[in-house]
Amino acid sequence: MIHGNSERQREKRYLVAKFLAARLAVTCWLASRFIISVANGQPTMIEETLPKVAKVFGSGGLHRLESWQTAVATSGEGMFVTAWSYVLDAGVTVVLHDGRRFEAQVLGHHPRLEIALLKIDIIGQPHFRLDSGTSVTPGLPVLAFSNLYGVATGNEAVSVQHGIVSATIDVATQRGPRASGYSGPAVIVDAIISNPGAAGGALTDRQGNFLGLIGRESTSSRSGLWLNYAIPAAQVDQAVKEILSGRASESLTGGARPSEPVTLELLGLLMVPAVASPTPPWIEQVIAGSPADRAGLRSDDLILEVNGTPSATRERVLEQLAMIDRDRKFTLTIKREGEFIPIEVSLNR
Amino acid sequence: MANRYNSGMTPSRPSLCWNPATCRVGPLCFPLIGLLAGMLVAQSPDLDDLEKARLAESRRIAMIDQAIPATISVFSTDGQGGGSGVVISPDGFALTNYHVVQPCGIHMHCSMPDGRIYDAVLVGLDPVGDVAMIKLLGREDFPVAAEGDAETLRVGDWCFAIGNPFLLATNFQPSVSWGVVSGLHRYQYPSGTLLEYADCIQTDAAINPGNSGGALFDSAGRLVGVNGRGSFEKRGRVNVGVGYAISINQIRLFREHLAGGRIVDHATLGATVRSDHAGRVVVRNILPESDAWRRGIRYGDEILKIADRRIASVNEFKNALGIYPAGWRVPVEYRREESTQRSYVRLAGVHAPGELEDLLRRGAIAPEPEEKEGKDGNERNDNEDKLPESALLPTRPPIPDTVQQMIQERAGYANYWFNRQRQETIWQGCRAAIGASPAGKRLQLICEVEGENPEMQVSLSAGKSGIRIGEKAHVFDSAGDPWLQLEPAGSGGLLPALHLWFRFLGKGPASMGDVSYFGVIPDAEGELRDVLVCNTEGVQVRFFLDRDAHCLTGLEFWSSPDKDPCEVLFDDHRMVDSTSMPHRLTVICGDLYREELVVQSAEILDSPDN
Repeated sequence: MIHGNSERQREKRYLVAKFLAARLAVTCWLASRFIISVANGQPTMIEETLPKVAKVFGSGGLHRLESWQTAVATSGEGMFVTAWSYVLDAGVTVVLHDGRRFEAQVLGHHPRLEIALLKIDIIGQPHFRLDSGTSVTPGLPVLAFSNLYGVATGNEAVSVQHGIVSATIDVATQRGPRASGYSGPAVIVDAIISNPGAAGGALTDRQGNFLGLIGRESTSSRSGLWLNYAIPAAQVDQAVKEILSGRASESLTGGARPSEPVTLELLGLLMVPAVASPTPPWIEQVIAGSPADRAGLRSDDLILEVNGTPSATRERVLEQLAMIDRDRKFTLTIKREGEFIPIEVSLNR
Repeated sequence: MANRYNSGMTPSRPSLCWNPATCRVGPLCFPLIGLLAGMLVAQSPDLDDLEKARLAESRRIAMIDQAIPATISVFSTDGQGGGSGVVISPDGFALTNYHVVQPCGIHMHCSMPDGRIYDAVLVGLDPVGDVAMIKLLGREDFPVAAEGDAETLRVGDWCFAIGNPFLLATNFQPSVSWGVVSGLHRYQYPSGTLLEYADCIQTDAAINPGNSGGALFDSAGRLVGVNGRGSFEKRGRVNVGVGYAISINQIRLFREHLAGGRIVDHATLGATVRSDHAGRVVVRNILPESDAWRRGIRYGDEILKIADRRIASVNEFKNALGIYPAGWRVPVEYRREESTQRSYVRLAGVHAPGELEDLLRRGAIAPEPEEKEGKDGNERNDNEDKLPESALLPTRPPIPDTVQQMIQERAGYANYWFNRQRQETIWQGCRAAIGASPAGKRLQLICEVEGENPEMQVSLSAGKSGIRIGEKAHVFDSAGDPWLQLEPAGSGGLLPALHLWFRFLGKGPASMGDVSYFGVIPDAEGELRDVLVCNTEGVQVRFFLDRDAHCLTGLEFWSSPDKDPCEVLFDDHRMVDSTSMPHRLTVICGDLYREELVVQSAEILDSPDN
């Protein structure tokens, strides 16, 4: 009994020793990996991240209008998120880090965050996770990946910059003639990441986790200072989902159409005609005394949302209105002189 | 990182570890202690990271301390401009930008972090690449920057710039800016001028006006580039996190050319390319007088590699060529239909002879001075009040004698004085290697031509030379009009080449007409050699010399710049009487003519006549 016990004990000791030795080996290996990664991990991490960022070429090229920007891969099947801008107006080409070129389809855009979603025909594309959930606090070391100044062409990778997070804030809408579009939550960085062509680039932590999308150039009308910011990952993720669901509802509209929907004529609205595709939903004219006039809509307002759903184009607004029964109140979110204004509209007096 | 690894450990921690019975077991203590220690380290990341950060910081400070002494601030002597620079040799040769020295003229002041100001003189210019070499005077023991290798850089590597932004260094202490390598092998188009930044390094280390010409160091404090340009635009001329440095690897290829006082041109293949729909880089246009054409490259050929670099875009083509000075030779791999060819191509100059100097003189490539440095799309302040030139010109102090004696102006040179120095040094070394001068004598060689039957008899003298192969005799008489007789047939002019070689052996550069030190370029075998270019009687001979021993290793005889030269490589030097004579000669002309001559007997006769 005693003998047997000690034998079992010996066996147990042996197993424990074996287990501990294995743990020790793993510990040493992990420790050495850690040290190595601290010593030269950055270039390796960057080499793995660069393929997730692409160059975007499109319209522009006239004086002071760059015809390029940046996009960030968000799925292995060729989904890219980028900044919504005139560059996407026509003939959008996505050029990957290795020089492969793809015609891109613009799936849709989110007018409030000014984010657009592109799709190219590819599988196995290295991509970021938008919902990595990495917390962003001031002082966090970050890297910015973008095609600033269009420096990279063909098979060249985009540029990398380093910095730290200065603040996470809500950018208030700016007023005045030089007001820029972006308002909302933003990650502010100490590095100069907002440069021509940088919009649509990625802000990551030093492990390569996606923290935010570099937004369009934004300057303060008062100080003339440029805001070096990124739209936080959570907002980008949300916007992408909204764009995708917006598309989904678009294709499902058939059956749910009310028999008597809202029309522009009933509202008393004239939209800017569809001269180009896509045409932004600008209001051209408001008929005096019409429901639109009573609600407070004015010419030159840009319709961003109908009942909280993004309305990127003139066509989209018409589709959305066609889904609303004329007896129901609805809300148009418009942009007027840089401000976002929700306006409740009713056809009934 | 430490946290993540740590949390991964904790849940799987075996409760067995804490069993007192197990802990008592002696042999298990060591792994246990190891494990505990490991966990201890892992569980206190704050202390550990803090120490690591402190260590990294102190290392960085030590490295910057090491790098600073070799950096200089460049000032124009009238106090009207300046920039930065870096010393690369103990006798004071330093690098800066062309656009920094351009407003300074040939004499400038350089301050060093030791608090002293040195006179400096312009040595050489590479206006297209925006590089200038200057020499600081007054010491033979200047601190020198350790040179690195830009090819080993990776995007994301730490790097730092040291320079004189906004000419702040009034106390002669330079400014340091820290950043990462943002991009490599960038191509920056000429910005309204001919300045072209090919294959350059992009960094987010702050590069501001005044940093121009200063050093970019890698994370180990080694010189990897010369900062010279930034992408500005819209925001005025301050750093926006996008600076460019000329790679030290490119500058190394120009280094001896510059040290030779020349105005150096960049290389071109003599062909333009475009990328086609399939992403191939194909020849769009090619000059029939280019070496590329003579080597067989034609319209529509796909360029695969240049100097062993793969070419997949027009930018890569420009990058691959843009780092070379005119006259360099590179292997070019190209494809026509299904067959891949490889040629060794001589690169021509981007500019015709004399054109670059003309452009410089007319100010056509004069870059914006440092305070107004511009870039593509940059808004330039054109509405500045323009006073008459004379009213604006501040007076420059007279050039001191010590500087003046190192200045010699001559068309085609930044400072001919340095070229002459090089010629003299090289000829002195070469003369020592030759031994007794064969001047006024006759050299008789009997050579076996490998793989062919009749031997070749060569007879050389200052007046008349000849080659006899079997029954066939070629005579070269300097009294006639001999330069059109490029005998033997197909050799490109072996006879006149050897005639001039013998003249050089006897009397050196003084007998060779207009002589210039060219720089260091590869010879037919790819070996890097010092080259003296001699223009005499309407032809050109280029002598190739060993960089250390200064002995002649080869020559090229050019009867016309548009024809393949006769190349001769000298090998197996032995003493004949007391003169060193090669006993193996390789003669090459184009791709078709190649003969190996093995000297069977060599005689130096006192009488020049035979």
